[in-house]
Amino acid sequence: MDNENNAGEPESTGASRRTFLKQSSALAAFALTPPAAVHSVEKGLDEKVAVAFEQQPLRVQINGVAQQLSVEPRVTLLDLLREQLNLNGTKKGCDHGQCGACTVHVDGQRVNSCLTLALTTEGCKVTTIEGMGSVEKLHPMQEAFIKHDGFQCGYCTPGQIMSAVACINEGHANSPDEVREYMSGNICRCGAYANIVEAIMEVKSKGGRI
Amino acid sequence: MNQFQFTRANTPLAAVSAVSKENGAYFLAGGTNLIDLVKREVIIPERLVDINRLPLATIEETTSGIRIGAMAKNSAVADHPLIKKYFPLLSMALNAGASAQLRNMATVGGNMMQRTRCPYFYDHSMPCNKRGPIQSGPSKGQPNGPSGCGAIGGVNRMHAIFGTSEKCIAVHPSDMCIALAALDARVNVTGPKGNRSIAFAEFHRLPGDAPQKDNTLLPGELILSVDVPKNELGKYSHYLKVRDRASYAFALVSVGVAADMKGKTIQDIRLAMGGVAHKPWRLAEAEGYLKGKEATLENFRQAATLAMQGAKGYGENDFKLTLAPNSIIEALQIATQTV
Repeated sequence: MDNENNAGEPESTGASRRTFLKQSSALAAFALTPPAAVHSVEKGLDEKVAVAFEQQPLRVQINGVAQQLSVEPRVTLLDLLREQLNLNGTKKGCDHGQCGACTVHVDGQRVNSCLTLALTTEGCKVTTIEGMGSVEKLHPMQEAFIKHDGFQCGYCTPGQIMSAVACINEGHANSPDEVREYMSGNICRCGAYANIVEAIMEVKSKGGRI
Repeated sequence: MNQFQFTRANTPLAAVSAVSKENGAYFLAGGTNLIDLVKREVIIPERLVDINRLPLATIEETTSGIRIGAMAKNSAVADHPLIKKYFPLLSMALNAGASAQLRNMATVGGNMMQRTRCPYFYDHSMPCNKRGPIQSGPSKGQPNGPSGCGAIGGVNRMHAIFGTSEKCIAVHPSDMCIALAALDARVNVTGPKGNRSIAFAEFHRLPGDAPQKDNTLLPGELILSVDVPKNELGKYSHYLKVRDRASYAFALVSVGVAADMKGKTIQDIRLAMGGVAHKPWRLAEAEGYLKGKEATLENFRQAATLAMQGAKGYGENDFKLTLAPNSIIEALQIATQTV
């Protein structure tokens, strides 16, 4: 059911702001240049007008780069990264916090970016898979994943690696069992789990924060 | 996701005022449940009031116990030395919930406010009395869906066996709340009518005729902190969570135990169950029976029998009538180290 489609709603109860914006922008356009306006409404220009009204400023540091952005409240951190900043390393899996493919670090803590509204990261430091290593020099966890064949199709891998690094830095990689428990928020259907545990245990055995 | 307005609140007063001003405004804490509900259009908010900047994340000792700020993250509470020292049951329960990522996001206050995971609640083409009335509002165009309870006579393997009504058999999903119920916590809130404190047992409610109401908060009320009184129940604790996979799944049945033992004698004991009712289910009769008794399998069996009085299955969840008492016995054995 589409809540924007509330035609017939009594005006006394107050039409939603969004409906108002749609109607008012359409009306204004009709009043100016009718044929062009009708065309623009068909093209979804009213949506663009609404968006312009509803964006809010966001200052956030992503992979060490300070960003001054303008974001709609409903945009998640995941969609901001992928759609607005073209950082496509972070993957959209289930989009409901169940698979971990979208895991990134916010102020050093791993989170599900699909359930994080971008505007709640104001002033924060976000690290994605693009901030972990470079083509010339991979992050030790990326190297370990390759060495142990810790991925198959690779779709869940960026989230797995972000989680694996956090798992060690949180101090929760002291045994294969503990690694399994603390990697359980990253769910994939492939058979690389055993290899992922091996990769994490190897990086952990080298000691220190990574 | 539908569009909504977004306000950042810097003080509890500003947050309460922003939410009280209009219908369809919600506090946004960790968002691990709320954003999911908004994506699924079970809730269509007019405004989210971001309370993540409120200075309510401290965990500190008071004269009588530990005060946990409502905005403290689940992972921070679970790993905090004071919580591990005094309330290992709470630490265990928190770590049994969700995933590491979600525990880094979820807050204590938000955890208490999470909605049921009943699939009929999330699917607004299916009948649900819990979803029905609460989201309604003539100006919202909310997708209430048909009223009724799809789970009664439907797929109800995960559902309640205690305290149900003919309107709703959903279960409360939190692990943390089971521990807080067992530990006699109190909830400090503020709202349009000022501050008050609510006993944890009174915070969540049974469905009755109004399953849409999960708790006893008044409109606009904000959780500030949770007080957990210090006691002698820390050493003999266990949180047993029975679920469909080893990790990252909701409980079929969970049991929280905290006991004060002298030798083999149980001086005092607290018991609560999860996955069996619309709220954390405290086992008062079993507690009363066990006080002053030896920690023996026979006594645990008797306590479990007392705890199961009044339990009722709904078909697919009939197995819980056996699983629950067995889980109580096992949790008691592990907690009292008599396995």
